[in-house]
Amino acid sequence: MSKGRASKTAYIGARLLDPATGLDETGDILTEDERIIGIGPNLFGGSPPSDAIVIDSNGLCASPGLIDMRVQIREPGEEHKESLRSAAEAAVAGGVTSMVCLPNTEPVLDDEATLEFVARRARLQALTKVYAYGAATKGLAGKELAEYGLLADAGAVGFTDGTVAISNSQVMRRVLSYAATFDLLVIQHPEDPALAGTGVMNSGETATRLGLSGIPLEAEIIMLERDIRLVEMTGGRYHAAHISTAESVKIIASAKSRGLRVTCDTAPFYSALNELSVGDYRTFAKLSPPLRSEEDRQAIVEGLKTGVIDVIASDHSPQDQDSKRLPFAQAAFGGSGLETLLAVSLDLVHNEQLTLLEVLSKLTCVPADLLGLDAGRLREGAPADLLFFDPDIGWKVIGDKFRSKSKNTPFDGRPVQGKVMRTVIDGRTVFKASPHANSA
Amino acid sequence: MLDPVFPQCHLLGIEGLSPLEINHLLDLADPYVEINRNRENASESLKGRTIVNLFFENSTRTRTSFELAALRLGANVINMQIGSSSVAKGETLIDTAVTLNAMHPDVLVVRHPQSGAVKLLSEKVNCAVINGGDGSHEHPTQALLDALTIRRRRSKIEGLKVAICGDVAHSRVARSNFYLLLTLGAEVRVIAPRTLIPSHVEKLGVQTFTDMRKGLKDCDIVMMLRVQNERMTGRLIPSVREYFRFFGLDREKLSLAKPDALIMHPGPMNRGVEIDSDVADDFERSVIREQVELGVAVRMAVLELLAKNLAATRTNVSAAS
Repeated sequence: MSKGRASKTAYIGARLLDPATGLDETGDILTEDERIIGIGPNLFGGSPPSDAIVIDSNGLCASPGLIDMRVQIREPGEEHKESLRSAAEAAVAGGVTSMVCLPNTEPVLDDEATLEFVARRARLQALTKVYAYGAATKGLAGKELAEYGLLADAGAVGFTDGTVAISNSQVMRRVLSYAATFDLLVIQHPEDPALAGTGVMNSGETATRLGLSGIPLEAEIIMLERDIRLVEMTGGRYHAAHISTAESVKIIASAKSRGLRVTCDTAPFYSALNELSVGDYRTFAKLSPPLRSEEDRQAIVEGLKTGVIDVIASDHSPQDQDSKRLPFAQAAFGGSGLETLLAVSLDLVHNEQLTLLEVLSKLTCVPADLLGLDAGRLREGAPADLLFFDPDIGWKVIGDKFRSKSKNTPFDGRPVQGKVMRTVIDGRTVFKASPHANSA
Repeated sequence: MLDPVFPQCHLLGIEGLSPLEINHLLDLADPYVEINRNRENASESLKGRTIVNLFFENSTRTRTSFELAALRLGANVINMQIGSSSVAKGETLIDTAVTLNAMHPDVLVVRHPQSGAVKLLSEKVNCAVINGGDGSHEHPTQALLDALTIRRRRSKIEGLKVAICGDVAHSRVARSNFYLLLTLGAEVRVIAPRTLIPSHVEKLGVQTFTDMRKGLKDCDIVMMLRVQNERMTGRLIPSVREYFRFFGLDREKLSLAKPDALIMHPGPMNRGVEIDSDVADDFERSVIREQVELGVAVRMAVLELLAKNLAATRTNVSAAS
């Protein structure tokens, strides 16, 4: 076989998992250049095309590459925390083939030029596909509308003020209304900033014992309820990011039952952990929104199970060591999430709360449809963005071994089950696990 | 004698007028177009009458148009630009009205920044009142002149597809045009970003579009509205450049309307904001200057009609006493 013909690859003997169609059976995938050109059980009748490179998958699960709809990349502006390069390396190691970054960079992604800059820099990495949200308001200041039409034309897949909520109701009304002009998605970090105040962890007994100021559940609940009223008023498309409370699940469920165009996601932090992780002032467990009570965590799992929660996103919020090695109240919010996204999400499968296809759908086709991406499906003609993983291999999360510059994870030391073995983007293998390593 | 078709003494709005009344006003205005073009002396029908242009908001075009209309009919005209005088001294609208009324004018042409203010004033005076634009409510003579322009070009309004594009939320021109065009049987479409479409506007009988290309499809008339960018940028629209890209009328978007679609604008235009000079100045399609011209004719007809009705009422009153 000549090198020039090496554009075809046959992945044989994989457990094909396509959540969009419910496909779950052993079979093969054939890719040519950047696309899937064949998929199915016994695709080759025992003999793959002679001009294809053959990769024996040995029964590994093969699914569409993961789509992570909430990632903070600190480039431009804070590359010491995370660069497009380090984020992309972390992403491919985590099986993420498309990710969407928040506009809270420096400068903010509120004009076409900055958006184009990020897109161009991301292409140069040639790893995970990077999409971006445009700023909902200029400079994320919560006052003036950003240029949604122009930014959407430049590739913005939605609009958000990132880690700050749009708190002025009149501004939020206009944001939803103006976005509806172009049928664009508005993503909100649902937290009333005034009510969250100077809080640093979930309001409750633990916060009281530790002498830390709390962020009440109501900061999230009130903002969500207000937003949903505004969605009803404006007809906008609204997505609540990382919901964390039991009440939030009810609010979203009721909005959906009224036919509003409302969706939400949560992060593995909120389905796997509760406020007890803060323990002895562990700043790695200082997240935004804060880890909540065990009842809230269980309700989040239930919300994922019933489908009220549409998407799982990593909520990757990289911080450098200096931002975390501080007294709890002074430490920065956020943790590394890309490299634990799959394994911690698979807890839901191992605990028999969701099926493998259900978990994968929240990580692939559902976010793809929400954002309008041509991704998240195993089918002929789709981009060859593939994830091969072993759902059963156990390993231990060690933040120091992360490819991300941000080594702080609330899962540090946690035994997990499920490992990314190979990540393929546009038909090219961009990550392959070393066979003997059993930690990240 | 009171006009048998239009017996009122005020013209406060288009809403509520019948097709008969509207067409009657247009019929009365039509001959004045030729008379004005030929610089003939129209008539002296308003000789000895006093018209007061009472403007609580800056205006050059409308005020001049009314002034010229009154002068061509031989009336005496007084222009009062309020804001600098009485209002600044704290006089209420009703006091201003009562004061002026005591001087016995015949017709008051009133413009006011508050919706409903002209109607309030009309209730306190015993002369004829013409609404020269109240807040975001109505601007009836503008709608009439627009209708006359369309009627002269297209012979009838019924069945035409008319797109009204831009800041409908704050536009009195848009509202008067909705009532007039719908009453005469046109199909009216509103094209604007959602932030500039007032809530429940569909209840008035218009269709709404946020995609200008879809909205303009097969339209006979494209009516652009002025964007008051100084008060909207950042709040209701992000920027002028974005507005122009998606809602500005240019050659490319216009190509979706009918090939002979007329372009209208109540003025003053913001070139490069809501309209490209290329189409604004297209002498085959743009009737913007004609609108201004016909405005004088419409206002002559309205002034003459109301003054006549007023005289008839006064005669009746004196006969009765």
